[in-house]
Amino acid sequence: MNVLFILIPLSILLATCFLWAFIWAVRSGQYDDTQTPSMRVLLDDAPVAVPKESFDSKPNQTST
Amino acid sequence: MSSNTAAIAPMKTPAVGPGAAAAVPCHHCGLDCRDLVLRSAEQRFCCQGCRTVYELLIENGLGDFYRLGQSAGMQFQRPEATAQFSYLDEAALRSRLVQFDSEKLTRITFRVPAIHCVACIWLLENLPRINPAFHEARVNFARKEVALAFDPRRLKLGDVVALLGALGYPPDLRFDDLDRAPASPIGRRLWLQLGIAGFAFGNIMLFSLPGYFGLDSFSGPMFSQIFGWFSFALALPVFVFSAADYWRSAWTGLRQRQLTIEVPIALGLIAIFIRSLFEIITGLGEGYFDSLTGLMFFLLIGRMFQQKTYDRLSFERDYKSFFPLAVTRLRRGGMESWSNGAVGAKDNRSERSNAPTLPHASREERVSLSQLAVGDQLVIRNGELIPADAKLRSGPALIDYSFVTGESDPVACPAGALLFAGGRQMGGAIEVEMTRAVNQSYLTSLWNQAAFQKDDSGTLDTVINRFSRRFTFNVVGIAVVAAIWWLAAGDPARAGKAFVSVLIVACPCALALATPFALGTALRMLGRRQMFLKSPTVIENLARVDAIVFDKTGTLTSTGAGAVRFVGHPLSEIEERWLYSLTRHSTHPYAVRIGEVIAHDFFPEAVRSFLETPGQGMEAQISGREIWMGSAAWLASRNVAAESGKLEQGSEVHVAIDGRYRGKFVLGGALRPETDRMIQALGSCYELALLSGDNPRERERMAGLLGKSADLQFNQSPLNKLEFIHNLQRSGRRVLMVGDGLNDAGALKQSDVGLAVVEEVGAFSPASDGIVAASTVPQLAALLRYAQSVVRVVKAGLAISAAYNLVGLALAVQGLLSPVFCAVFMPLSSITVVLFSSGMATWLARRILPQPGGAGQ
Repeated sequence: MNVLFILIPLSILLATCFLWAFIWAVRSGQYDDTQTPSMRVLLDDAPVAVPKESFDSKPNQTST
Repeated sequence: MSSNTAAIAPMKTPAVGPGAAAAVPCHHCGLDCRDLVLRSAEQRFCCQGCRTVYELLIENGLGDFYRLGQSAGMQFQRPEATAQFSYLDEAALRSRLVQFDSEKLTRITFRVPAIHCVACIWLLENLPRINPAFHEARVNFARKEVALAFDPRRLKLGDVVALLGALGYPPDLRFDDLDRAPASPIGRRLWLQLGIAGFAFGNIMLFSLPGYFGLDSFSGPMFSQIFGWFSFALALPVFVFSAADYWRSAWTGLRQRQLTIEVPIALGLIAIFIRSLFEIITGLGEGYFDSLTGLMFFLLIGRMFQQKTYDRLSFERDYKSFFPLAVTRLRRGGMESWSNGAVGAKDNRSERSNAPTLPHASREERVSLSQLAVGDQLVIRNGELIPADAKLRSGPALIDYSFVTGESDPVACPAGALLFAGGRQMGGAIEVEMTRAVNQSYLTSLWNQAAFQKDDSGTLDTVINRFSRRFTFNVVGIAVVAAIWWLAAGDPARAGKAFVSVLIVACPCALALATPFALGTALRMLGRRQMFLKSPTVIENLARVDAIVFDKTGTLTSTGAGAVRFVGHPLSEIEERWLYSLTRHSTHPYAVRIGEVIAHDFFPEAVRSFLETPGQGMEAQISGREIWMGSAAWLASRNVAAESGKLEQGSEVHVAIDGRYRGKFVLGGALRPETDRMIQALGSCYELALLSGDNPRERERMAGLLGKSADLQFNQSPLNKLEFIHNLQRSGRRVLMVGDGLNDAGALKQSDVGLAVVEEVGAFSPASDGIVAASTVPQLAALLRYAQSVVRVVKAGLAISAAYNLVGLALAVQGLLSPVFCAVFMPLSSITVVLFSSGMATWLARRILPQPGGAGQ
């Protein structure tokens, strides 16, 4: 049973890490808006890397 | 603000008829189109954003690739809009609007009420691709805000606002924004409190597990001792930090000699804490820290729920919101008459600002309201508000005082007439001279009346506070009696335990949860049905109302498409088409209404030499015919005898074709559908009254509607209305006022509950306890019934929690309360109450209220 003397502080330490992570997340503003990110995740990133020409050719392919 | 809404107004096409349209899914985002239906080609859209995106993509041949839309290079901006917002770049105004300003970067957050779907987020967050001067755009959907970062060297603030407006997202520029405190970190604090309480709760439960299962004998007393101290260490931050708000509320409550619900909670928490500490120090046991942190956790969840509900419903009550931020002022010396430009054309503003017909453009300047002084010459354009009492200098003024008097009939004013603040010019532009400063005007004085500030003491008298007052006395009484009993029995140890146990188990956490969950859920249910109440207290007040006062115009009768009849020889189809074509060119409310009614998929004919005499009539040549529409007097001046002998109900618009009288349109203020049934339902249980600023021509009709016992008052000024309500209240009535417009603002505030009726939710936020969409007025009876039921649910929740408390008390007074029992029992009671309250509020909403998206829309 004496192993508990090590295990319990360890468990508390681990839990404290999570608590610290939570506090950091709140402080950095991640909890300020809990609704928009859930909608934003559905939006694809802007295809910035793709040159414009490739888009202009797309509809022709699909329509023909 | 007014100019912003005006900017999108022409694009709005009403559906087949207000209320008649079944829910049409938006082609772009798939949401049901609500009050706003926009069309492009064959498709329908719920909002400007969806349509803009759609058109953008179609134009670029990307119809199948919505999310890959190439929006860069699109020219959204309308040139005339830019100049309108240039005043925002004034240093004084700008520094108050922006959050961060440097040479290279400006950060600003706008409230954009139009945000409502995923496409809106997409469009706004892609602003940097539309204009590379934007560095970043982030949308907060719940708050309907967009935070922008842009390069001020490449983009002016005025241009930013103009661009947002052109995209269909006009920012809500208000005075309130200027004085707004930076976003408070209170939300973050609550999250931290909740997180810490949850963390402590979970870990203490782990330490307490041996105790729960009676394993103490295995682990031995030493572990119990150590676990106890660990629990104490974890519970301490909860006790100090997470519960901080309860300490503060309880303390203020005590100082004001009010036994609010926080007082017994604080008492219970202290009792648990001291008792637990005592047990640990003396080695008696592990204490009740698991219960303490668990309770705190649940309480904070309730508080979080409450705050989320409020956040969504917060709306401004500041009167300044009604006024435009800036007006057009004529520079000193530019006294010549300005107007008589392109009067009557559909889009006055664009023609005027572009056209060279504008002789004195350089003499105008846009200034903010605070810079105005008495004697300034202002130009008030179509649809703009008059910021302060002023004298009409030139131009035919047709003032819509619906903000002030609530009546929709515009008033024609001769030159030299005094115009009042809050009036809205319809038709051509006018020139006025300010006679009073902005903050002295009539409206301000009405708003500043002492009666306007609602008495806050009433809000303390809520169900829960009345309950908790008795509750606290009873609990302390029981605790004392139990202690004395055991002392008398010669068992002082048990006396102490019983005393503390009673306080612990009676901690009214479940009570504290019943109200926020029942009323909060109710607010959300109502919000989904286009009825927005300011706070949960409003529901309680609604339940206690016993007299209802209605405003007529815009509340019982619809200002929109009302009943329009044609009296005279029936019009042929071609004639109707001519009239329809004519009405399209006017923004006069009557013309718009007639146009809506006679439109039958007509293709409008070409209209030549259109001329509108604002407020009197309009004329044009269509297909070689001379069409005149206007008032009887106006036609008489053209030698056409109009038949206006017996006054019909409502207002009249006469028609003459080629100088020959054809008849008249009679526009009645039509009753909203189902209003009569609603009134009948209310009449049996409430005292009804009607106040109208209108003339009593509809007295008989209204008397028939409201019943003989109802009090009908006509020609009421805002002050009369306020007085009327005041008198009712003095006779012991709890008054619900249902009205619209600024004129009712005083009455709305004076009443116990003031509900403002708006045609377009979000466009208008008067001082009131609630805002209901005009289409939901017939559901008023259901709303009242729902409010009463919800208050009953709160009471039932209290009863449940009281039952739990009785069981607990029975054990506690005997000194038999064990930590395990506490750990299971107390959260259980909280959860039961939460589930019951929110569940019942939802179920009742389904039963009593119409379905969202059903008849209500």
